[in-house]
Amino acid sequence: MRCNMRIPSGCAISGLMSESGGRIDGSVVIKSIALMHDRSNGLGGGFAAYGIYPRRSDQYAFHMIFDDAPSKERFEEYLKEHFIIDKDEIIPTRPGGDITNPPLLWRYFLDIEEKKMEFVSDREYVVEKVMEINSKIDGAFVSSSGKNMGAFKGVGYPEDIGNFFKLDEYKGYIWTSHGRFPTNTPGWWGGAHPFSLLDWSIVHNGEISSYGINKRYLEMFGYNLALRTDTEVVAYLFDLLVRRHKLPLELAVKALSAPFWKNIDRMDPQTREVMEAIRMVYGGGLLNGPFSIILGHNRGMVGLNDRIKLRPMTCARKDDMLYMASEESAIREIQPDLDRVWSPKAGEAVIGNLNGEVE
Amino acid sequence: MAVELSPVSQIPAEFRVKVDHDRCRRCKRCVLNCSFSAIEFKDKVTPDHRKCVACHRCATFCPESAITIEENPMAYKDNANWTARIRQNTLKQAETGGIILTGMGNPKPYPIIWDHLVIDACQVTNPSIDPLREPMELRTYLGSKPNYLEFENDENGKIKLKTQLAPQIKLDIPVIFAAMSYGAVSHNVHKSLAIAANKMGTLMNTGEGGLHEDLYPYSGRIIVQVASGRFGVHNQYLANSAAVEIKIGQGAKPGIGGHLPGEKVGQEISKTRMIPVGTDALSPAPHHDIYSIEDLSQLIYAIKEATDYKKPVSVKIAAVHNVAAIASGIVRAGADIVTIDGFRGGTGATPAIIRDNVGIPIELALAAVDQRLRDEGIRNQASLICAGSIREAADVAKAIALGADACVIGTAALVSLGCRVCQKCYTGNCAWGIATQRPELTRRLNPDVGSQRLCNLLTAWGHELQEVLGSLGVNSIESLRGSRERLRGVGLDKETLDILGVKPAGVGM
Repeated sequence: MRCNMRIPSGCAISGLMSESGGRIDGSVVIKSIALMHDRSNGLGGGFAAYGIYPRRSDQYAFHMIFDDAPSKERFEEYLKEHFIIDKDEIIPTRPGGDITNPPLLWRYFLDIEEKKMEFVSDREYVVEKVMEINSKIDGAFVSSSGKNMGAFKGVGYPEDIGNFFKLDEYKGYIWTSHGRFPTNTPGWWGGAHPFSLLDWSIVHNGEISSYGINKRYLEMFGYNLALRTDTEVVAYLFDLLVRRHKLPLELAVKALSAPFWKNIDRMDPQTREVMEAIRMVYGGGLLNGPFSIILGHNRGMVGLNDRIKLRPMTCARKDDMLYMASEESAIREIQPDLDRVWSPKAGEAVIGNLNGEVE
Repeated sequence: MAVELSPVSQIPAEFRVKVDHDRCRRCKRCVLNCSFSAIEFKDKVTPDHRKCVACHRCATFCPESAITIEENPMAYKDNANWTARIRQNTLKQAETGGIILTGMGNPKPYPIIWDHLVIDACQVTNPSIDPLREPMELRTYLGSKPNYLEFENDENGKIKLKTQLAPQIKLDIPVIFAAMSYGAVSHNVHKSLAIAANKMGTLMNTGEGGLHEDLYPYSGRIIVQVASGRFGVHNQYLANSAAVEIKIGQGAKPGIGGHLPGEKVGQEISKTRMIPVGTDALSPAPHHDIYSIEDLSQLIYAIKEATDYKKPVSVKIAAVHNVAAIASGIVRAGADIVTIDGFRGGTGATPAIIRDNVGIPIELALAAVDQRLRDEGIRNQASLICAGSIREAADVAKAIALGADACVIGTAALVSLGCRVCQKCYTGNCAWGIATQRPELTRRLNPDVGSQRLCNLLTAWGHELQEVLGSLGVNSIESLRGSRERLRGVGLDKETLDILGVKPAGVGM
């Protein structure tokens, strides 16, 4: 069922990445997020995994949530018009757990006809279609739309959702996860985290108090915010700033979690000019309110806190592994022996980059 | 044709000045203070009720608090339809055959939409932020911004800005002093505004009367206006400014020009406006070289050329029915800033019929313009300034949430200087030394004291805006700007809510 209500969240997040591209199975991240069980309330859990479809890494993998069979039919009619469906299948699930009454979960591996991309890049084309599907096809919701990655999410505790989707059978070089604590409305499958567009995925612990202006800012650039959930804006802002406006990731995070003016005033002239311009031009994209987020994308993982650190985030390293989580214990649970543990400063991004090719 | 009738007026006195002769010590201070000659001394203080405008100067300065001013209860028998105002105006016109002139803003009881908008606050799920403990940023930059930025690496591999930004003005608080001309207000008012703008990191606006040389030291904080009369417009004038504003319209009198009577044009005003002493200064409604948007564009770029593309150019228009489309045209014509002035804006002098009946409320105009510019994807290309009866910091917060970059205050600034909104600005007899050029009155306002009062007002509003931001759980004004989701309407009809882009109270996100 599609829910048109906004659901603020308390939540837990955890993410891990092999910077050398080594692939790890999903049981590790499930163990980490399960430790923070009490930060969730059973109304939402989800995972993003990168590197899980190596044999189809050139195709867009659409993970879909359908209310019912007719909405799936409507979606497939639409899909045939706009994409070449190379393969489609039900997303495998493990029955018998605590997850009950799931919607229809299906995935599609898609190519795009050359002629469709005459005037628009393939990624822009996909973004347009995702916006259209989410806003116009009743009962159909795109859960993820990137290449060689996927989002798995639903209503339940995260460890149950992970078990339900058999994530222990997938291998990825980046895993992010989310346990949700929606406070004033029931959760729904599409409203669980991660929020994803192309290969951008966001898990978020907190609430975006600037949602209203972030939404209106994004709408000016053609984004359709149909899900009415604050986290949605974060995924789209990364898409706008990094993919479309070509800002380096290091500067995009400065636009979203900007330094205070008093600190900018003290910077060297060249950096000050850069930061002033970012705040002037991208003020509508500034994320304000309590948040710690983990961004996943094909080449890395980024952890980011709000400007005054109203939500927790701990990071750690061990060899080529980068870990981020709401609590240190969630990292220690899966890697007790760490080289370095630190809490990033407010507004300071932790950026993990893939330094090789994926195994 | 109007013919003057009997010298005995039938117009009853609006007010009654009561003097408590037991308390009065006959110091005559009230007589000296009354600039409307409503108080004489004939053995004792004797009021001429008909001349009283309720400016409260006498009552304020009476050391014995012996004076009270009341509305004349039986001036007009009570009638909800034939109100006192209508009957008084009828009598005035029957006696003179003239247009009813007035000053200050529209006093009619139209709904004030600001007072039907309420602001959100954080509870539990997102924490509010305490402005006494955390930074709260009100800094705002006015000017045209690009949709995106480009960067490059310098020879050391360090990132630097590649995009060249259009000129920007830094405001430490998003509240600007309104355009009030030297002529409409006294030199000391201009000086108070300039000093305060300079101290507070905001702007004052010369209005259409030129800029007196005394104020050149504050030029970095002054918007100079180019109105239809082009009074006082010369190279040095343009050079001594932070921005240049082309005045097309004014909220209190859309479609109406300005008129400073010759008797107010003394030596200093003559010099500043560049007109002969004693001549009427007429600034017609149309600029006689602007009859289309293309003409406006030419003037915008002429000013940009004249200022070497170093100053933002603003265009000020009155809020009218088609304001959204007009504003879009203005942005596309090259304006860096658009100022929209609502129909409750103040004025020095205007026909009451225009002030009270022409134009639309600023709340609706602002919401419509911001949305239109966003729909067209050009909102970044210009800053939006909201004017026309911004009465308190709450109005500023709501205007910014509706989409304004900054607000303009005129009446509020004058009230802080002593104005009692008696609405007699057009007479030139302002007892508080504000809307007058009479030297014995203008010296009543000390610019050092005046500027401090203005600074105090802005400081207070700044703190209040920070409190609002904190209650919303955000610590930067840009997170409020255009964030209509944080507003709700109480007692507004659906159409109004739709135009405002605001949901009714009780509806969540």
